Amino acid sequence: MTTKRSPEPLLWLLFSSGGMVAAMLVPVLLFLFGVAFPLGWLTAPGHDYLASVVSHPVTLLVLFGLCVLALFHWAHRFRYTLYDGLQLKRYRVPIGILCYGGAIAGSVVVALVLLRAI
Amino acid sequence: MPESITMEVWRYRPERESEPTWDSYEVPLRKEWAVLDGLNHIKDQLDGTLSYRWSCRMGICGSCGMTVNGEPKLGCSTFLTDYAPGPVRVEPLHNFPVIRDLVVEMGDFMAKLPTVKPWLVGDDEPDEDTEYRQTPVEMDDYKRYSMCINCMLCYAACPVYALDPEFIGPAAIALAQRYNLDSRDAGAEDRRDVLASAEGVWACTFVGECSVACPKDVDPAGAIQRYKLTAANKAVRDLLLPRGAR
Repeated sequence: MTTKRSPEPLLWLLFSSGGMVAAMLVPVLLFLFGVAFPLGWLTAPGHDYLASVVSHPVTLLVLFGLCVLALFHWAHRFRYTLYDGLQLKRYRVPIGILCYGGAIAGSVVVALVLLRAI
Repeated sequence: MPESITMEVWRYRPERESEPTWDSYEVPLRKEWAVLDGLNHIKDQLDGTLSYRWSCRMGICGSCGMTVNGEPKLGCSTFLTDYAPGPVRVEPLHNFPVIRDLVVEMGDFMAKLPTVKPWLVGDDEPDEDTEYRQTPVEMDDYKRYSMCINCMLCYAACPVYALDPEFIGPAAIALAQRYNLDSRDAGAEDRRDVLASAEGVWACTFVGECSVACPKDVDPAGAIQRYKLTAANKAVRDLLLPRGAR
């Protein structure tokens, strides 16, 4: 069993860090932008202010990291859902291409969207 | 409380029948009777042909693992009154070949267990006169994982083992961690090839049923997750650092 060079540890690190980052940041963002601002519990920031925050390099980096890690988290989870849930492990190569290819494609889209904010 | 309870017992006698069947028995329902006492009553009073494993009657030997109303349990620590008015369905442990009635074949686990070297591996220069002392804090690191009694309830509960019998499995990995985390042990690198393989910790998807089923509170799922972090850490070091600095 010489699997020290298997990509699994790195994919799992992306998966677990994606889960952690998403769990820490997404509920806060959802609460603020999905509940608190629309219901008027908190004063919503103005468009200009928000645009300047979003176009700051640090914000861009955080959003990029959050989206990319969350996509790789999805890829890992969906791969195992297909492997074990639907018992399609015999198609592991196309499933891997679908899941991680999807995450990479999604990351490119995220980069393009975020670059437009600059 | 009713005076008796029906036990529906999974029977398989390969010399008599090609397919398993269910037999029902009425056994006395007593406050202090466990499922194992019910089976002993059946064996002694009603049907001497029933086969099952047991020994200590006190949750130490790990022999009487069985499926009670669909859940993996130790027969000796699962009380009949908790299932009143019944019936109680008793089956062999899932995910194992059945030899006869409630007796399962554990050879797969017995073959996998030594591959993780579940013993103290000394360093290169053993000194006959040296005592290997350990503080209570160091012992706390691994004590939980040392409580495993090899009862196989975690394998019966594990959906990954059900799908992929190559998986080394919860108890074997928890036992490997019992030694990896022992301050007197120097075998972590020896165990790594097996533990960090596709059939090792990476096969686990952290469903967590093993830790739910464990009658000794070993938490194999936690042991596996801890080792995933160790293995991932090592893999990143292997990738990034030159050989001498790992």
